[in-house]
Amino acid sequence: MSNLFNVTVTVNGTRYERTVEPRLLLSDFLRHDLGLTGTHVGCEHGVCGACTVLFDGEPVRSCLMFAVQANGHEILTVEGLGTIDDLHPLQKTFQEAHAVQCGFCTPGFLMTLVPFLEGNPNPTEAEIREAISGNLCRCTGYQHIVDAVKLAAERMRT
Amino acid sequence: MKPAPFEYYAPTTVKEALAHLAEHGWDAKVLAGGQSLIPMMNFRLAQPSVLVDLNSIPELFYIRPDENGGLLVGAMTRQNQVEHSRLVAERAPLIQGAMPQLATPQIRSRGTFGGSIAHADPSAELVAASVVLDGRFRLRSHSGERWVPAEEFFVGMFTTLLEPEELLVEVALPSMPPRSGWSFLEVARRHHDFALVGVTAVVTLDERDRCQQARLVLFSVGDGPVLARGAAQVLIGQSPTPEAIRAAAETAATADIDPGSDIHASAEYRRHLAAVLSRRALTQAFERAMSNT
Amino acid sequence: MTKKYLGQRMTRTEDPRLLTGQALFVDDVEIPGMLYAAFLRSDYAHALIRSIDVSAAQNRPGVVAVYTAQDLGDFWQHGPPLVPAPHSVEGVVFHSRTQVPLAKDKVRYVGEAVAVVFAESRYIAEDALEEIAVDYEPLETVADLERALEAGAPLVHDDLDSNMASHLVQRKGDYAAAREKADLVIKRRIVIDRGAAGAMENRGIVAHWDEKSQHLTMWDTTQAPIPVRNGLAKILGLSESQVRVIAPFVGGGFGPKIMMFLAEEVLVPWGAIQLNRPIKWIEDRRENFFATTQERGQTHDAEIALTRDGRILGVSHEFLHDTGAYNPYGLTIPLNTQSHSMSAYDVANYYSDMKVVFTNKMITTPVRGAGRPQGIFLMERLLDIAAKELGKDPIEIRKRNYIPPDAFPYNHEIIDQAFAPLVFDSGNYRPALEKAAAMIGYEKFVKEEQPRLRAEGQHVGIGIVSFVETTGVGPYEGSRVTVEASGKISVATGVGTQGQGHFTSFAQIVADQLGVSPRDVRLVTGDTSEFHWGTGTFASRGSVVAANAIHAAAKSVRAKILRLASKALETPEEELELDDGQVRVADIPRQSISLGELAVLANPLRGAVEPGTEPGLEATAYYGPQYGATASGSHAMIIKVDPETMMVEIKRYVAVEDCGTMLNPLIVEGQVHGGVALGIGNSYYEQLIYDDNGQLLNASLADYLIPSATEVPRVEVGHEETRSPLNELGSKGAGEAGAIPVPALFAQALEDALADYNVEILEAPMSPNKLFELLHGKEKEQ
Repeated sequence: MSNLFNVTVTVNGTRYERTVEPRLLLSDFLRHDLGLTGTHVGCEHGVCGACTVLFDGEPVRSCLMFAVQANGHEILTVEGLGTIDDLHPLQKTFQEAHAVQCGFCTPGFLMTLVPFLEGNPNPTEAEIREAISGNLCRCTGYQHIVDAVKLAAERMRT
Repeated sequence: MKPAPFEYYAPTTVKEALAHLAEHGWDAKVLAGGQSLIPMMNFRLAQPSVLVDLNSIPELFYIRPDENGGLLVGAMTRQNQVEHSRLVAERAPLIQGAMPQLATPQIRSRGTFGGSIAHADPSAELVAASVVLDGRFRLRSHSGERWVPAEEFFVGMFTTLLEPEELLVEVALPSMPPRSGWSFLEVARRHHDFALVGVTAVVTLDERDRCQQARLVLFSVGDGPVLARGAAQVLIGQSPTPEAIRAAAETAATADIDPGSDIHASAEYRRHLAAVLSRRALTQAFERAMSNT
Repeated sequence: MTKKYLGQRMTRTEDPRLLTGQALFVDDVEIPGMLYAAFLRSDYAHALIRSIDVSAAQNRPGVVAVYTAQDLGDFWQHGPPLVPAPHSVEGVVFHSRTQVPLAKDKVRYVGEAVAVVFAESRYIAEDALEEIAVDYEPLETVADLERALEAGAPLVHDDLDSNMASHLVQRKGDYAAAREKADLVIKRRIVIDRGAAGAMENRGIVAHWDEKSQHLTMWDTTQAPIPVRNGLAKILGLSESQVRVIAPFVGGGFGPKIMMFLAEEVLVPWGAIQLNRPIKWIEDRRENFFATTQERGQTHDAEIALTRDGRILGVSHEFLHDTGAYNPYGLTIPLNTQSHSMSAYDVANYYSDMKVVFTNKMITTPVRGAGRPQGIFLMERLLDIAAKELGKDPIEIRKRNYIPPDAFPYNHEIIDQAFAPLVFDSGNYRPALEKAAAMIGYEKFVKEEQPRLRAEGQHVGIGIVSFVETTGVGPYEGSRVTVEASGKISVATGVGTQGQGHFTSFAQIVADQLGVSPRDVRLVTGDTSEFHWGTGTFASRGSVVAANAIHAAAKSVRAKILRLASKALETPEEELELDDGQVRVADIPRQSISLGELAVLANPLRGAVEPGTEPGLEATAYYGPQYGATASGSHAMIIKVDPETMMVEIKRYVAVEDCGTMLNPLIVEGQVHGGVALGIGNSYYEQLIYDDNGQLLNASLADYLIPSATEVPRVEVGHEETRSPLNELGSKGAGEAGAIPVPALFAQALEDALADYNVEILEAPMSPNKLFELLHGKEKEQ
């Protein structure tokens, strides 16, 4: 019954072409159609932030977009941020500051923080907390995440 | 929580979009930022059979000055664009005062100025802001267009004067008169939650520092934004003393609104918050007005 | 010098995988031909099922099968009771009622599964759910605990004559006599309501039945893969060796993921076998509110009797505990409440009458704290109220009543959740209190800062509380440690990991014994094919029970290494040292042999292995503590409240914890931070709100308010250490401590902030609305 649409999207620098139902959520498309399972799904109503990716450079909740809307656009997911052998400074400081416990929310935080630090390279604690107020973490109590951001910001400034 | 199936259109011009709306009428839902609509669709609380996606229509994304010192905002302009716009900072600082309280940064990078207004959530900051600033909305259909004042546009919970074949295409926000001050306050349980109660005010002083005009809008207090006319009456012509402000706030809370109860706040607590925030908002707005002279 | 890793603030080995999105979670598993499950759940809290029509759903393209209870035949069984009744207690009444895979004649809570759909996608499965027509006949519901026990109340289980699931009385000493002698008796009603665990990853299962090899593999977000495997094998009529359960990376447990054999865990593998297709079920967030267990609901009528100088003579309480519609987890939570109602204090007389009540709500099973927060809230509130009446401050009255450090092991003479006598193994509570007070600057705040801020019109308050936490309970855990030919070490243990850093902290233990870097120790947790004896991750026991099993196994391997190396190097064992992956003769570093070489020697391809010995450098060991170790601590908080808006701001938070020997302080601190955050949720933000019809009114993250980074303050963590004498490592659990005292602390600090209103906070969670009602029910006292 449902019509299908062609989607051409660049994710982490790679071009993908797929045919999808319009109701397919972008989060499901990334995870299951493209096999990029680093982006996680926590709520599908836009509150927890685990599904955050960069859409044309802006942090968005991929559970609140349809894959068809990504046609012609560019997406960056956590897999495009760094590799185990070549971690992004933020990934390094997350490890150093013990900002990761179960790791489920972590990709969403990283993708929120990367553009945040680009726009605000020397943030205060209050600004960091405000920036991540749309990402829920049940494990860490946020403190070590804030520490990791401060440390990364310092390193990225020098 | 996957949405039900729908037909999907992604027009690239307003004209195309309007043609789809004309064809499908009530069956069609407009997709702007999707930050309110898509959660409802994922919960299957909304199951539109047709979705008209406006995100590929460049002509709806803009912030422009108008000849009278005000602003014209294209309906699809992203909320974070408005948040960081210098034009908005100069001509509608109240909007920028409201933006940080609007949900979270990720929501604002996708959510749109017009989308929030057309969705008409009684707790929406931009709904209240457009009313307090005495804004106007340009509505367009395949057969023509009309302007509707913000004050009249919101008629019920999630309900506006938009006809099924109409699109909100532009928001016009006049500049505040000289000798004006503004305030935007809300109380929310978590920093980024929907307001338990919110109050926004624009006040204007005359040459004798008495209140010439007072627009006080309360939100999250019922079915939609409430322009507190009773409170305004108390203030107009008066010197904005703490007593006058207190009396106006009391009027707003007891006579102008009729809040309901829900799981987060009882009607009494809402009324109480309305009085407190009205008092604080008016105080701040008048202080700003004083310092603008 | 051999390096010591235990106790180091090591960063975690597992992080790079998690940070780069390369870690496997259950929903990441993709198997060709996989089907997707969706469950139709009851919209009524209590109703008869007259009929179910699945024909439209079955005929939908993409739907492979739809099942109701009728279709399950003999497979339809009640789940096993996971925790039995404590028969050792005299006069205990216990009615076991466990959940079913699909409701048959009646539904007993909103969310109870009524039908299951298996389809080509979750999208299609959800479409099919909408086409299933259920004819319900709604019945009256019981949601309120007291009303549920009234005569004539609707019965959740018709074969019982009331909704009382259990009745248990515990006694210590003679409270009635103690009360006679008291100078002061404080009597209050205390009400605590439900909260959710709220892990960021919802539950999920992928079941893969291989028809040719007759083998079932299941990926499951469970905290207990081994019991799940054993139970499922029995339920499905398979041999245990035909079933493999894997708990991969799990996005947070916090308790409910240890509940077993709910509908999904039983029907997904069953469906996979029936249909001979792999099946995936991923719970969505809405379902999580309805289909995953939760807890905290209790109502207490309590009393404390004291002398005029603040010495507790006794505590007594009658309480109702909400178990929801079924009680598969027995009395674990309310027994924990009883075990913690005396908190850290030397209470000679205790009386507790517990009634567990069936209600038409979701089943309750432990959530971080697991009944302990309720007991601590009770005691600390009563003590604080008594302190006010007696004119004593919170610090003074606590010091007066602590169990003294020379009184351990301290036997409370009641039974705990393991049905063993409640014995606190060790502890020293005053230093933690004093440290917390010093860290927050208690005296200076009360004497100088608070008066100054109050003069400015601010409402600021300070609080300080103590708590204990029973941890590290049995029955046991096990581990196998192996030196591989590469010289790297592999370790397997049965517990799973949901973020606690086991891959690192457990590696630190092994590293110390074997003289290797923890980065060269590879741990497998939660895979029944790697290790199949054990129970699971719960009750703050990983760092005690699993850790000590690993420690024991590592020690055995160390002994084997030394024995073999002694032969290989022709040197007595006493002269050998293990360092850097080598065995060296002390002071003669050139005389060495690597662990890898030794491993090869121990597993020859030719020659003979001595009778009575084992090949390789491997050992398996188990540890089962006689009883649990008791952790403890003190938390303090400074809070500011706006009495006009009811908004609060936590200005400072101090947590001093004593979990005995810390395996990795960095990880312990993380656990404390996270626990406190959840505790703050339990104090002012989170509450599962049910109406009188058993409908959950806030089943979404927009309305169930998990604290975000703007609500959780910095937590300053301090440590005290009383090593547990019960295990070689001296460790106690640390997973739940952060959460346990927070609501009690919040109440005390908030009352202090609003001292001029003179309110009493007797419920948890509080909320702005509740605070408004409390303040406006009172005249402000000057």
